[in-house]
Amino acid sequence: MGLGQYLRSIKDAIQTIGEGMAVTASHMVRKPVTLEYPDRLPGDVRVQDTLPFRYRGILEVDLEICTACLACERACPIDCIVIDAEKDKAAGGLVMTRFDIDMAKCMYCGLCSEPCPTGAIHHTPEFEGADYSLESLVRRFVKAPTIAYKPKKVGETDPNVKPILDRGLRYIAEFAKGGTD
Amino acid sequence: MGDLVQSLIDAKLTPEGVSDWVFYLTAALVFGGIVVFGFVLPIAGITTWVERRIMGRMQSRIGPNRVGPAGFLQWLADGIKNMLKEDIVPTAADGPLFRFAPYVVMTGFVGTFAALPFTSALIIADLNVGILYVTSVTALVVVGILMAGWASNNKWSLLGGIRSAAQIVSYEIPAGLSIFPIVLLTGSLSMQDIIKAQGAGPYSWFLFANPFTFLAFFVFFVSALAEGNRTPFDLPEAESELVAGFATEYSGMRNLLFFMAEWGNLYVIGAIVTTLFLGGWHVPFTFENPLVQHGLEFATFFLKAYGVGVLVPIWLRWTLPRIRVDQMMSMCWKYLVPIAFVNLLGTAAWMLWAPVWMQVVVRLVLLTAAVGATLAFLRRVVFHLEAAKLGREHLSFNPLGTARSPG
Repeated sequence: MGLGQYLRSIKDAIQTIGEGMAVTASHMVRKPVTLEYPDRLPGDVRVQDTLPFRYRGILEVDLEICTACLACERACPIDCIVIDAEKDKAAGGLVMTRFDIDMAKCMYCGLCSEPCPTGAIHHTPEFEGADYSLESLVRRFVKAPTIAYKPKKVGETDPNVKPILDRGLRYIAEFAKGGTD
Repeated sequence: MGDLVQSLIDAKLTPEGVSDWVFYLTAALVFGGIVVFGFVLPIAGITTWVERRIMGRMQSRIGPNRVGPAGFLQWLADGIKNMLKEDIVPTAADGPLFRFAPYVVMTGFVGTFAALPFTSALIIADLNVGILYVTSVTALVVVGILMAGWASNNKWSLLGGIRSAAQIVSYEIPAGLSIFPIVLLTGSLSMQDIIKAQGAGPYSWFLFANPFTFLAFFVFFVSALAEGNRTPFDLPEAESELVAGFATEYSGMRNLLFFMAEWGNLYVIGAIVTTLFLGGWHVPFTFENPLVQHGLEFATFFLKAYGVGVLVPIWLRWTLPRIRVDQMMSMCWKYLVPIAFVNLLGTAAWMLWAPVWMQVVVRLVLLTAAVGATLAFLRRVVFHLEAAKLGREHLSFNPLGTARSPG
C-alpha cells in the first residue's frame, strides 16, 4: 500500500463518516412518523381511516348485495365460511338462513373476496379483533332469513342499495387492477 | 479536597483524640458517596434516556415517552426493574469471580472521577499525575470484562471478553500517545494545570494549538470510543454475533452495573477530551461571587464534556455500523498508532522550531478550517433535508416533539 492509497483511505473514511452523520442529523430535525396508537392519536384520527382501501382487516359481508352464489364458501381454503341458502318460490328467490364467518379460523388470505361477483364479502380496515372467547369470534351476518340479491339488467336504482353496490364494485375494480398501492 | 480536610483539622473542628487518618477516610467516603450517588449514577442513568430519545428521532421514531414528562423518568423505572430482578449465577460459572467482575468494572469507571475536574476549585484530588491516573484506572475495566467473560463459562462471553481485552489493550496505545503532545505543551500531568494552560476562547484551546494536537484530538476521540466499547467498536457486546458478549450470563443489578459503566464512561471520555483539548472549565469573565463563578465553570465544563463525550458518540452510534475485528485492529495499528507517533514528534519539533508568527497563523488557519468544515457539514444536512422533499410541517427541531399527523 503506497502513501497515496494510505492518505486516500483516510480521506474516504472522514468523508463517508461525515456524509453518514449528515444523513442522521437531517433525521434529527424531522418529525417522527410514529402514531401513538391507541391513546395519543392527534385530533379525532382513527388509525382505521388512514389504512389503504384494500387493507385486509376483519371480514365483512354486505347482505344487501350478497347473491348467495357460495363462491366465497368454495374459495375458502380453511372452510371458515358457512352459508345456508334455499330456493323459496313464495319469497321469490334464494333465501339465506345462515352466513357465518369464523374469524378465529380466518387467515386473512383474501381468496373469498376475489371471486365475489358483487363485492359483498370484503375485508375492512378494522383490525381490533381481540376477544375473550373463541365462540364470540364467529360473525353471524344473517339475523333473520334474507332474500338474496338479484342483479338488475338496467343497473341498481334503489337509493338504499346503490352506494353499497358501488363500493362492492370498487373492490372488484381494485382486484382487477392488481399490483400494490 | 485534601487541603479542605487539612484546614478543618487545623481549625480543631475534629473531635479530640481521633487520629487524622480516620478523619481523612471519613471525608473520602463522604465525598465519594456524594459524587457517586449525586453525579455519576444520575448521569449514567439519564444518558440512557437521552440516547434512546435521540436514537428514536434518528430513526423517525419517538422513543420512550410514557414514564414522567417526555419519558424522562424511564431510567429510574429501568433501574428499579433491574434491581427487582433475580440475580442468576449459572451453575457452571465460577461463582466468586462471576459475582466480583461487575464491581471491578464499576471501580475502574468510578475511580476516574477522583481526578476529573468539575470547576477550578472543585476536584476531588488534583493529583500531580492526574491524566496518568485516569488512563491507568480506566484500564481496570478490561480486567473486569475479561473476568466476566471467563467466569461465565460460556463461549459467547469468553469471545466477548477476549475481544474486549484485545481492543482495549490495542487502543490504549494511540490514546496514550495522543495525550503526550498536550503533556509536552503544558509540562504537567495534573488535570488542573492542563486546563490552566488553556483559555476560554477556542483560539487558546489546545485543539487549535498546532496541526498535530488537532489530529491528536481525533485520534484520542476514536481511541477513547474503542476503549469505552462504543459503536462502531462495540465488538465485545456485538448483539448480532455474540448475544450480549461478556454480559450474556448476567441478569438484574449485575447486568445493570456493566451498562451503567458503559454509559457513564461516555461522560468520562467527554471530561478527558474537554480537559485536554477544549479548554476545560474556562469562562471568559470573572465574577465576584464565587458561587456564580464556579456555577458557570461547572456548566461550561459539563456542557462541553456532555456534548463531545455523550451526544457525539450517540450520534455516531446510530450512524455507523459495527466494524469487523480485523478492520478494528488494522485501524489501530496501521492508522492511529503511526499518526499518534507523528503527532508526538511533530509537537516536540513545533515547540522547538516554530516561530511565534507561524503559531498565530496556524491557530487561525485551523480555526477557519474547523468553521469551514462545520459549514460544509451543515450544507450536506440541508441537502439531505431537501432531497427528502418534506414540507415545512414535517420538520421539527424539538427533540421532545410528538408525532406527525397521518396523511
